[in-house]
Amino acid sequence: MLDVHIEKQLAHFNLTVSLAARNEIIALFGPSGSGKTTILNAISGLTKPDRGHINLKGRRLFHKGKSMPVHERKIGYLFQDYALFPHMTVWKNISYGMKSERFAKELMKELDIEHLAAQYPRNISGGEKQRVALARALATEPDLLLLDEPFSALDEKTRVRAHDELRRIHQLWHIPVILVTHQHEEAEKLADVIYYLEQGQVIRTKEKEPPSVYS
Amino acid sequence: MDYAPLWLSLKTALIATIIVFLAGTFFGRLLARRQFPGKSAVEAIFLLPLVLPPTVVGFALLYIFGKNGFIGKLLIDWFDFQIVFSWYGVLIAAIVVSFPLMYQSAAAAFQQYDPNLERAAKTMGASRWRVFRTISFPLAWPGLLSGIVLTFARALGEFGATLMVAGFIKGVTDTIPLAIYFAVESGNMEAAKTWVFLIIGLGFTAILWLNWWSRKNMQKHIQP
Repeated sequence: MLDVHIEKQLAHFNLTVSLAARNEIIALFGPSGSGKTTILNAISGLTKPDRGHINLKGRRLFHKGKSMPVHERKIGYLFQDYALFPHMTVWKNISYGMKSERFAKELMKELDIEHLAAQYPRNISGGEKQRVALARALATEPDLLLLDEPFSALDEKTRVRAHDELRRIHQLWHIPVILVTHQHEEAEKLADVIYYLEQGQVIRTKEKEPPSVYS
Repeated sequence: MDYAPLWLSLKTALIATIIVFLAGTFFGRLLARRQFPGKSAVEAIFLLPLVLPPTVVGFALLYIFGKNGFIGKLLIDWFDFQIVFSWYGVLIAAIVVSFPLMYQSAAAAFQQYDPNLERAAKTMGASRWRVFRTISFPLAWPGLLSGIVLTFARALGEFGATLMVAGFIKGVTDTIPLAIYFAVESGNMEAAKTWVFLIIGLGFTAILWLNWWSRKNMQKHIQP
């Protein structure tokens, strides 16, 4: 489904990462500066790897140095600061890249942000911004969802709610999700597979244990 | 009183502003977030007309567009078209001296918003042109607008380079600043006074309008 191998020379180390995902949530866990965001940027096309390949759903996003343009990749990207367009209302933000209006409105209902449609991003709370950004990314009906520390700016209560929401959305949606986080608890709770990163290398991976038949 | 200098000045400043706005916005966006060897040198060349005496700019333009200048000669040989001592000379002088102001405003305007906004739009399937039209341009607009007003004011007030390139030809190249100079020189203080008040009024109105407008529009652009 998603098959990635990238190499890129960064300022202090060489990033070399291979990862594969079916329709599951992958967490990239590691300290800041370990190359997590660079991996997301390479997959989305915002930075170009030096070598490697990126395949998604049978499409070649990066192959033998040839890069598919960002806007053709069909990848949803949720930025750490959400990057909501400040000069557009919530609805304009969500409809910016939507495929179908009906689906975008369903998403807003699902994420409980319908009532915010006419608001500007500066007038809504952090948790609401996060949900708007998630709806906006999903409204493009992507083949892959990238989340760059999407919960780091939220307070504890909002974060728990956002975790549950992500899991629920993922069950409905069923596409591969890559979640960058530096909170181990979060990775444990949400991810099917955790990749531990250090200095641009995957030092180990851990798969979620299947739920016990006795519990 | 002959109002030809007023219309000539307004026409020149308006056309120069349109050209400089397009070029300044293009280069401002192009260079705002790009790093490459020689960028400082390119920017220094763009800003040079701002720090040089207008006579030096005029001399350089004569050197390029004059009858024996490398572009001027080609234009005369091929199209029988002469830039110096024509309205086109006035226009080119206005463009060159006002370009740095627009470029600086544009480069700053395109740096002041979060670059992730453009990236987010791209990941949502927007082409480069759509990103520019819907994200970069509206967010940079307040800065671009102040660049437009500065450009217009500078183009309207251009004197030194204009005089060198276009000379003072009544009805052809006599903009308000030139009309003031030659009115004083010929002792016609009343005419000079009229032009002086007119141009002060124009400048004052432009600045007042800009301040009012940006206060009104900034509200919309305050980051969350």
